[in-house]
Amino acid sequence: MKTHPDIKALKHLNLSIKVETTKALLHLGYGHFGGCLSITETLACLYGHYLKHNPQNPHWPERDYFVLSKGHAGPALYATLALQGYFETSLLKTINNNGTQLPSHADMNLTPGVDMTTGSLGQGISCAVGMALSKPEKSTYCIVGDGELQEGQCWEAIQLAAHKKLSNLVVFVDNNKRQLDGFLADIQTPFNLADKFTAFGFQTLAVDGADITAICNAIEQAHNQIDKPTAIILDTEKGQGFPSIVSIASNHHLRLDASTRQAIEADLSSLEKQMEELV
Amino acid sequence: MTTELRQIHSQVLHSLMENDENIVVLEADLMGSVSTKSIAEQLPQQFIQCGIAESNMIGVAAGLAATGKIPFVHSFGCFITRRCYDQLFLSGGYAKQHINIFGSDAGVAAVTNGGTHMPLEDIGLMRLIPNARVIDVSDRYVLEAAIQFAYQNKGINYIRSSRKALPDLYSDASEITIGKGNIIKEGNDVTIVTTGLSVHDAKEAANELESKGVSVAVLDLHTIKPLDIDLIASYAQKTQHIVTIENHNCVGGLGETVATHLLTKGVTIKHFSQLGVKEQFGQVGDLDYLKQYYGIDKGAIVDHILTVVAK
Repeated sequence: MKTHPDIKALKHLNLSIKVETTKALLHLGYGHFGGCLSITETLACLYGHYLKHNPQNPHWPERDYFVLSKGHAGPALYATLALQGYFETSLLKTINNNGTQLPSHADMNLTPGVDMTTGSLGQGISCAVGMALSKPEKSTYCIVGDGELQEGQCWEAIQLAAHKKLSNLVVFVDNNKRQLDGFLADIQTPFNLADKFTAFGFQTLAVDGADITAICNAIEQAHNQIDKPTAIILDTEKGQGFPSIVSIASNHHLRLDASTRQAIEADLSSLEKQMEELV
Repeated sequence: MTTELRQIHSQVLHSLMENDENIVVLEADLMGSVSTKSIAEQLPQQFIQCGIAESNMIGVAAGLAATGKIPFVHSFGCFITRRCYDQLFLSGGYAKQHINIFGSDAGVAAVTNGGTHMPLEDIGLMRLIPNARVIDVSDRYVLEAAIQFAYQNKGINYIRSSRKALPDLYSDASEITIGKGNIIKEGNDVTIVTTGLSVHDAKEAANELESKGVSVAVLDLHTIKPLDIDLIASYAQKTQHIVTIENHNCVGGLGETVATHLLTKGVTIKHFSQLGVKEQFGQVGDLDYLKQYYGIDKGAIVDHILTVVAK
């Protein structure tokens, strides 16, 4: 897309995604709060500006593709899709209900706007490589988790993408440094992710994953690359934007008690005020 | 008769690909083993060499399928099922993709590649994927029908086959329908229900048994899922004795599905038994040795059926 992004609008969209995601998970009483909130800035940049898509026609043949390889962040994607008009935001309260269209992990056969079914870590990125190979004229964007990169399959996919010079593929790494059992550094240190991607043949860009402008610049740099796929390593916090969640050491999946709920609701109010100030 | 099945496989694919640019063949460093090199050379836009990375290959196939392509993936039967099962199950089956899978060197056909390369459980694994079709190739006509079927029918289609030539069971005049069994030989005393490589041993055994006064019907259930239970049931009712023979583990294979289907259908018979691999892994050996070792060669079949009819 040639036009410049409206950064203020993207910031507003990001806050809206955070608010809607969190409201949905508060309604549910549990969920993958941490890993949903660390990718909302990227989702805002993609769905708010760079991704070619059409909420009125989810299967629009000319659309770009987005694969949420870390499928457990489904609720953040659903909030984004709802805000973009794929379905009503009220549907977000049906996450994980019996017979829902919005399961915990992303499902292309249930949810309008979801391009690939994911949830078993390491698989989405391979599918994204297949999509990028299939449609070189389109962009394919994929978000993987930093913990997910412990899956060997990711590196099989990364290797093939580089070998095939898939410059239409952009892989975002949500480097929030935490996984279900704790910190990556304690469980299996990832070493230098940027160096690893570079060694595998990617153009590698490291950005602040909370900085909308920086993410936009990185995406544009990815578009200018002509013979390599791009990895954008997002320096993020698990629970980004919610100090109450960031401060919980083990925040991959939360079941809310009353005090945690109260703290999250306080952060939510503060985010809603920020949104008002942006308008 | 002399044409190798791998040649048939690549010829049939090649001709389909010339008429449909959406077909894509994916290999994981085994195109040399299955004769798809000509496809790679002549139709490079429709060929993806994925390297030695089967799990990623299945994911790539799912991505291709999601964008309207029709992928055909290949590796040895054990690697293309067991090694990348979760990818087949989720990125493939659960995501409702159309992926066609060719698993070569079915069962003991892996011969001197040995136990590491010998798929004796692939039928069971693939049967467990909801709505997947499972086909065990018994000759070149079945292989051609299977590839045509896989091309035309969306979903997970698994075709296991020898790479080498098998004698013809059928001809151009034969009617081979995926999902329907074929009658190889009529008989009244015992019915052998078999598939793939084992159809040939069963046929030879049935002919020998005929000379010993035992009339044996032989059914080729090349399609194990969905199973043509009506055909099997009619022969079960007629002969009252069913023996299943398969180049696969008895657990999860043809015999188990035949038994379950017969019971579910309420067909009661006097005898049911299975010949196949028991609690065993594969090993190196030539085809005759391996068939004898696992009790699925002609001699084992003849001996078993003589015992069955003596009871």
